[in-house]
Amino acid sequence: MTVEHVNGDQFPSGLRVLAVDDDPTCLLLLETLLRRCQYHVTTTSQAITALKLLRENKNKFDLVISDVHMPDMDGFKLLELVGLEMDLPVIMLSGNGDPKLVMKGITHGACDYLLKPVRIEELKNIWQHVVRRKKIDAKDQNNSDNQDKPHNGSGQAEGMGNSDQNGKLNKKRKDQNEDEDDEDDEDDHNHEDPTTQKKPRVVWSVELHRKFVAAVNQLGIDKAVPKKILDLMNVEKLTRENVASHLQKYRLYLKRISCVANQQANMVAALGSSDPSYLRMSSVNGLGNYHTVGGPGQFQNSTFRSFPASGMLGRLNAPAGLGMHGLPSSGMIPMRHAQNSDNTTNDQGKFHPALLPGSHSGNILQGMPTSLELDQLQLNKNITSISELPNTKDNTTFHVSSGFPDARIGFGRSTNPLLDVNNNPLFLEGHPQEAHSNKMFGNQSLMSLNSGSSSRLPDHGRCNDNWSSAVQSSGIQPNSFSLGGDYKQPTLHPGHLRDNLSTMALPIGNSPCDVSSLHPLSNRFQDPKADLQFQAVQDAPCRSNVMFSPLNSAVSINGDVGPLGQCLDTNKTFFHRSNEFDSLGQSNFVDHFSMKINEVQRSSMQASSNLKEGYLMGQQKTQGSYISTSVDSLEDLFMSSMVKEEQDKVLVPEGNFGCSSYS
Amino acid sequence: MDVVSQLQKQFIDFSSSLYREGYVDDQFSQLHKLQDESSPDFVVEVASLFFDDAEKLINSMARALEQPCVDFKQVDSHVHQLKGSSSSIGALRVKNVCIAFRSFCDAQNREGCMRCLQQVSHEYTMLKSKLQTLFRMEQQILAAGGSVPLE
Repeated sequence: MTVEHVNGDQFPSGLRVLAVDDDPTCLLLLETLLRRCQYHVTTTSQAITALKLLRENKNKFDLVISDVHMPDMDGFKLLELVGLEMDLPVIMLSGNGDPKLVMKGITHGACDYLLKPVRIEELKNIWQHVVRRKKIDAKDQNNSDNQDKPHNGSGQAEGMGNSDQNGKLNKKRKDQNEDEDDEDDEDDHNHEDPTTQKKPRVVWSVELHRKFVAAVNQLGIDKAVPKKILDLMNVEKLTRENVASHLQKYRLYLKRISCVANQQANMVAALGSSDPSYLRMSSVNGLGNYHTVGGPGQFQNSTFRSFPASGMLGRLNAPAGLGMHGLPSSGMIPMRHAQNSDNTTNDQGKFHPALLPGSHSGNILQGMPTSLELDQLQLNKNITSISELPNTKDNTTFHVSSGFPDARIGFGRSTNPLLDVNNNPLFLEGHPQEAHSNKMFGNQSLMSLNSGSSSRLPDHGRCNDNWSSAVQSSGIQPNSFSLGGDYKQPTLHPGHLRDNLSTMALPIGNSPCDVSSLHPLSNRFQDPKADLQFQAVQDAPCRSNVMFSPLNSAVSINGDVGPLGQCLDTNKTFFHRSNEFDSLGQSNFVDHFSMKINEVQRSSMQASSNLKEGYLMGQQKTQGSYISTSVDSLEDLFMSSMVKEEQDKVLVPEGNFGCSSYS
Repeated sequence: MDVVSQLQKQFIDFSSSLYREGYVDDQFSQLHKLQDESSPDFVVEVASLFFDDAEKLINSMARALEQPCVDFKQVDSHVHQLKGSSSSIGALRVKNVCIAFRSFCDAQNREGCMRCLQQVSHEYTMLKSKLQTLFRMEQQILAAGGSVPLE
């Protein structure tokens, strides 16, 4: 809605607010209070649903109020995403008034930070944030438009500003031609009157963002200046200011991710696992996933690009994820055998299907260029995104290797949120069921990882090379597990991460649950547990299926190869892993990741795209491609960093997802 | 009417005691202010949600604490949520226990956590029964044709 509309008689009444809080009591209270202020309220207890609603129609809401502490996604992540994608004012809500948290909220872009219990007086003032922001945007737009005007001459820019309230560049462009003439006139008016002019918001769609990220990557994050980025992007009606502000956000995001990643890294280090960078990736993935939601297909290449470090990976994952979903448990089945009876995950085999074939996937990963330069992310080393395997659920039928010490994939918790997001998006995207399964994967895998394996991959971080990331990601693992079956599961010693991985993977793969577990894991990895360490088990027969679980989770769940790809990118190791994966599934995972990384990625991307379509169910081979694709999408940056670190690491997280489908 | 007056008096006494004893605080009365024609059962609705949610959280906490290897973060997360919802409804005593509970979680003190869990469970049960009594009294007054006196 625009202020203009509301203005008039009702403002601030009629303000359209979206309230997000997982606590039903608080949510009801908030809703009632907001209604009392005469605002239009929409509520949801899930961040993912909220994002979906917001994405469906960016103009449907004026303001978002979100709780900080939510299970499916960190409130801060949601905040970032909303800020990046929709540019809506977001108010944080929390029971915790710690100044550090408040600061965090503000740095993430929150307009305000309220403490629970919320009082009606405070809510009565929230409309000010909306007006303030609109004014600022309008001014920016005007400036941009003004500047563009002379450039374009065709008044396209203007058209944008005026006609397209939505601010969708793409849309505007289309409409531009038609309204061009008219626009010119209107523009003039508009320019003169910024306050009344509707400021066309530039909507950073997935594609646009992808271009942006690609441009940034090309220039190098340090050297990326708005003007050059703008030139590289070559998007009409995009102004330097738009790019500049987006770049700023992006940088902030990267920084945050890197901090998180660093922390993760520490965690990982402690665990002994791979680098935290992985974690970052997860987070990135998380975002990525988000994007993927939009269209899994996109992920493939575009999505990756568009993902800003922040989590675009998630997007990437999506494609991969898609694949994953689709992967029937066929992949898992093989695993089943491999695994011990303990692995209850057999059922989970959902995702494994793809994995099993794994062998080919490995190649894909290799191809992945670790060119991701996520300097900031530093993924490379830590690809071991240590996502702690959530031991919580015992979906993880990891029992497989009993020896597995808690395989913790330290994927950065931060990533989890993203991952989660991703997961969902994927599901949403196109495969409702897959989404479901994806979720399963994520959760399952994670769970399986955690629970079953309790194997801590972390120590392994060191895992032998291959490990880099215990890609727990749900899907992959199971598949890998199946491979793992081949592996020596029994040797899950921490030192033998590989083995563990395989074993771990098995559980994951086995049960479709794995996938889901991954899901939770991924999502949750971020939270805590997932210490998935992506352990790229390359050589080990076990093949570290555990590819970046976190990533995977994100990816897997979503089916996005993206996330995986991301991880993969950085890690060539992933590729290795994938290669090594005996089970396709594994490779798949890795592939996902690696895919991102480079050319291989491309091919895989295509494959991944397939995933999207149908979760590549049979594409195992494509797995590699998936990864590639995802890799590409992921902005490579992320992935490469992650991948780099551990070349060995097979971040197959995505693979998991994808793998499953591979079957 | 005598009956109504009596009921009303009982209600007021009981309600005051809840505040006095710290079972509920000012936030609870704020909730009443939000109740109107458009949402006549608002307080009861919120309270019901709270009960369901709290029970789930308490169970989750109990499960988490029973694990051989306790995940304190998870427990803390549940406690945090319970704290948030109890403060939203004005459940003062429950909230206070949650605060103490959190510090035990931070310290990763299992014994302390177990104790707090018991306490929180106890407080919650007490509160639930008190509120149910309160709501029942309100119903009785309304049934007798009277109106519920405001705080």
